[in-house]
Parts: sequence; C-alpha cells; structure tokens
Amino acid sequence: MNIHEHQAKKILKEFGAPIAAGVAITNLDEAESTIATLPGPVWVVKSQIHAGGRGKGRFKELGDDAKGGVRVSFSADEALANAKEMFGKTLVTKQTGPNGKTVNQLYVEAGADIERELYLSLLVDRETSKTSFVVSTEGGMDIEAVAHETPDLIHSVSITASAGCTESDANKLADALILTGTARESGITLFKTLYEAFVSKDMSLLEINPLIVTKSNEVQVLDAKVSFDDNSLFRHPDIMELRDETEEDEKEVEASKYDLAYIALDGEIGCMVNGAGLAMATMDIIKLYGAEPANFLDVGGSATTERVTAAFKIITADPNVKGILVNIFGGIMRCDVIAEGVVQAAKDINLEVPLVVRLEGTKVDEGKAIINGSGLNVIAANDLDDAAQKIVTAVKG
Amino acid sequence: MSILINKDTKIIVQGLTGKTGTFHTEQALAYHGTQMVAGTHPKKGGQNWSSADGQILPLFSTVAEAKDRTGANASVIYVPPAGAAAAIEESIDAEIELITCITEGVPVLDMVQVKEKLDKSNSRLIGPNCPGLMTPDECKIGIMPPSIFRKGSVGVLSRSGTLTYEAVYQTSMAGLGQSSAVGIGGDPVKGTEFIDVLEMFLADGKTESIIMIGEIGGSAEEDAAQFLVDEAKKGRAKPMVGFIAGLTSPPGRTMGHAGAVISGGKGGADEKIDALEAAGVRVSPSPAQLGVTLVDLLNG
Repeated sequence: MNIHEHQAKKILKEFGAPIAAGVAITNLDEAESTIATLPGPVWVVKSQIHAGGRGKGRFKELGDDAKGGVRVSFSADEALANAKEMFGKTLVTKQTGPNGKTVNQLYVEAGADIERELYLSLLVDRETSKTSFVVSTEGGMDIEAVAHETPDLIHSVSITASAGCTESDANKLADALILTGTARESGITLFKTLYEAFVSKDMSLLEINPLIVTKSNEVQVLDAKVSFDDNSLFRHPDIMELRDETEEDEKEVEASKYDLAYIALDGEIGCMVNGAGLAMATMDIIKLYGAEPANFLDVGGSATTERVTAAFKIITADPNVKGILVNIFGGIMRCDVIAEGVVQAAKDINLEVPLVVRLEGTKVDEGKAIINGSGLNVIAANDLDDAAQKIVTAVKG
Repeated sequence: MSILINKDTKIIVQGLTGKTGTFHTEQALAYHGTQMVAGTHPKKGGQNWSSADGQILPLFSTVAEAKDRTGANASVIYVPPAGAAAAIEESIDAEIELITCITEGVPVLDMVQVKEKLDKSNSRLIGPNCPGLMTPDECKIGIMPPSIFRKGSVGVLSRSGTLTYEAVYQTSMAGLGQSSAVGIGGDPVKGTEFIDVLEMFLADGKTESIIMIGEIGGSAEEDAAQFLVDEAKKGRAKPMVGFIAGLTSPPGRTMGHAGAVISGGKGGADEKIDALEAAGVRVSPSPAQLGVTLVDLLNG
C-alpha cells in the first residue's frame, strides 16, 4: 500500500527524523489560512499523488508553458496562486502513464537551503533476504538512470535483523554519502531512525530522494516515498487509515473488498484464474495467440461462490471486455465452487460476451456437470491451450 | 529414490486443529498412508485429533515434545499469517529437518528474521506461500491435488502452486510421471531457492529430467541458470524444460524503484528466458506445452 508524501513525512517526524515544517491542503477553502501558518520566506507547494517525477510533470488542463507539479513560491500570495492553479488538475508524470492523476491534495512546506542532494532508500533485498539501505551521492535525479549509467555511485548496506542498524552500518552509510562534521552526526542518527521506522511500521519501501545536506551542514528529509507490506497491514490499523482509494483503480478497490487480487489492464479478454502464477501464465498465453488480457485476477485458494460472483461482476464492468476466459486448476479450490459462482454471476448480469471455461483438478466432474446443466452458452475447453485458442477465436473471429 | 520426502518421512502438523489443517491432513493420510504422526496446539496438548473417517492423531503442546514422542523429522505449517513465523521458529528450535510452511500472506519482515535464524540451523524450510511437496505413491506434504500425480521420472519445481499442477498433470498425461514435485513458494523471502532443489534433482538417481517454472521478479531464475552452466562444466546435467510466467505483466506493479536498482536490470521475463536458454534449458512459450516440449526434448 502506498501513501502520500505528507503522510510519510508525518510518520517519519514522529520517529524524530529532521523534516521541514509543512501543512497539507485537502480543501481549497482552507488554503489561504493554512499557508499563513508557515512563516516563509519560501513556500514550496507540492502536488500529492502516488507517483514520482512530479516536479517535471505537466498538468493536462494547463498549457505547455505552465510550471510542473512542485512549485517554489516567494510569497504567501504566490503560494496561494500556485495552490489554486494546481488543485483538482490532472498531473502527468513519467510514472503516472498518459492518463495522469488528479491532484486532490497539496502539501506546502518551508523552503530549504540546499547544499547537496543525496539519495537514500530502505527495502527488503530478496537476494540477501535482508533489509538493505541503498544510497548514492547522486540525489534528486532518476535513480534508475544513475544505477544504469554509473552503477559504482550506488552503494548498499545490508542490515542484520537481530542487530538492527549498528554504529558500523551507519558509519558505512555516512562514508558512502561523504558526510562530515555536523551532517555526519545528524546523518548517523537519521539512518538509525529510518531503520527503526521501516521495521516497526512494516514498510516495504522507504525512499528519500533527495535527502539533502543544508547550507548549515545538517541532513534533512526533503522528499519521502513510503510503501507498506500489504501482508503486514493487519497489525497496523493506523496505517490502513491512510489509504487513499481515489489513487487506485475503481475496479481494483472493489476487488480488494472481496480479497481478490485484481489488476486492470488494457486488453479485451477478461480472465478469472486461481493462483498468481497460473493467472500470469493465462495472460501470457492469450497474448501468445494474438489477443490482449483485460486484467490479472487471482481468485485465490479459498474462494466462495460469493467471491467468484463478485470477481465476475468486476471483470464484466470493464467496457473493453469482449470475452471471458475462466481457467481453474483446482487444488484447494474446488471446481464445483467456481462453477456455481460462474453460473450465478452469468445469470445475475445477463452475460452477453463469449465465455470459455476450462476446469481441471479437484471436483472437476462435478464442476463440469454444473456448467453443462446451467443452460448457459458456455464454450468448454479441454486444456489451457484449447481454452486460449477458443476465447481468442470467439473474440477476434 | 526421490528428493526430500519418501514413505519413511514422519510429519508433525502445526495448525492441525484448524479447518485447513484438518482437511489437508485427512487428504495426506488417505494418500498411500503418508505418515502424519502428530499435531501441535499450545492449549490442547494431551488431547487427540480425529479425522472424518475416525483416524486418531495425538496432540502435543510443543513441536519439541511431539518430535521427542513420535520420532518425527518433518513438520507442515497451516497456521494463519500472524503466527506463521513463530511456528517456523518453533520447528527450527526443535531441530526439525524439513519444515514446510503453506501459509500465504506472512509479513516479509517476519521472514527476514526467520531466514537469519534458519541460516544458523540445520533445518530446511520450504515456502512460505507454497503448495508443499509430493513424492508420488509415497508421501504428500501440503495441498497439491493427489489425483494428477503418477510415479515416474520428472523432477518438477516451481515458484507457483497452480503452475506446478500444470507441469505435474502434463507430465502424467505424457506418460512420464514425476520423481518428486516441489513448490518453493511465491514470496520474495523464502527458505529454499531453485538452486537448492536443482542440486537435489541432479543428484537423485530416479530423476531423469526436470521441469522448472519461474516467474517475474528477483533473479532466482538467472541464479539457477548460472548454477546449471557451472554444473554442466562438471559433467552434471539432465534434460530440462522451463517456463517463465509474466511476459505480459505490467512493470512496476510488484516492484518498487529501489528494488529495480538492486537487481540491476534483472527481474523481467525476457532476461530470465534468455538466461535459461543459454544454460541449455528448453523454454516453452506456452504453459500448456510443458509436457509435450519435454517429450520432444527426450526424443531428440
């Protein structure tokens, strides 16, 4: 789960990280009074969307000459004007895709005196099975480009879970970032603070780009991007409250209510599959036979008839869907449960597009009998190849 | 021969008294008499568990006690995500040789701690978030559907549960059957990697060929490819078919930016397919052609 920059900074502040004074704006009527709480002389107005590249982003509704999604303002009036211009507009960045994202929240922050811009992130490194810091002296830029062009400028330090971020680890990081004097002292404290925040809140990614050294030689968190491990949210009700559903695809929000793993895509063939691997493979085989999948959907191993019905409704709510492929290899999942859900849903929504069903595994004969006895116009398939060819033919002719 | 498990494997069930644990233990008992020997429950030690058809297993308060009293060498975990890491650690502390964690949704930082402990122990962990493992006609640990298996010569290993079933089903239909099948699990931090299982399949006399199923994310497939290249130089190689799921998956949905930095260009399906093909693995473009591709390969 992702959160906004201002939410991430609030969490990090609670752990004691050095962060400039800032205020969030969620309603334009409050903008003037909110901005007035910051003394200036510099106000930075930042669009809050779940995507990077905001500064270089462009607003769809504004001309090419308009400024990007992060604006430095030198008076409260200018900050207010910028806020009014950005609020409610659609920001398109390198990471949003061409449709962009609507700016429903802004964050106004006191300007900083920047001497150097650094990069720091914390993540779980699957190669070492450890939490790792990744740092670079090349902050404030696209870190993937830095890694690609100058990989020797990227340093990583793995942390041993039982020891935590030690003095030695923190010193390695300070060396890699060439921190000296007061910045080194505040940096070493910050690294330990960030590690503590990462672990105690079950983050999956904490990225600070840039981490800055100020002209008075102190480190400061200038931007913050935080994602949480979805599997850990059950023990963090405070974090769950930070979820912003307006940032997510409507169908994905609906799917999450039923515990369905669903990702919307651009193709024409809707898929309902059990198991993440088989769901990906089903998308791949649709493409192999010349069509495009409309979604990834894993109904999971413990789906009920109700969940299968919900999945079916979500798939068919996508107007691009011209046909549906149900592919089930029953292990825990029983084919008869899937069959009942499919029949129920097809009747409820009065299904008008072609439907191919492939069932195999646990209770397959019972499942096939339910489909065959339903009176529905279902195209039965013998195996995955057969299923993919049949749905592509049905859709493409 | 087979790998990891056989008819002599004795298994303790952690989470036996729950609905999932009960269902799959009944299935295992019914599968060629898989030796399910005990269950654990912190508050039900001394009581008994009984299956729908009246088979009885003793319950113990701890894994250590269950091991002492039954001589078990393996455990399987059907404990909900919040308690799964503690269950694995309990099995490690009891020096269980083979621990299989079926549970899906274990917090990743819990697994980071488990992995540190595991690395200092002599235990092997399969999973979490995996379907378990099977040696046909001998032993079933986990949730794989038994009806699709057939005793034979193909070693199957996979990060995905349902794609394991595809490979098993297709090799059964092709008349080849399986020596053993291992689902290593889909989580980023897990107990056993492809390389560990490949080493066992290469060493196993009964395994004549291998099907390996990978997917996008991380670089376990590239590591496996390098391992196969290195072993082939020592004269150790078996005919092998591969499949990588996720060619059409949108980038960035599962991996954060910094993750991409660490993997340095690794993680996409194309790189994995290239690496495996360069290591002599015949990669099937279709998940439905695993069996026939292997038959083609074996027939030259």
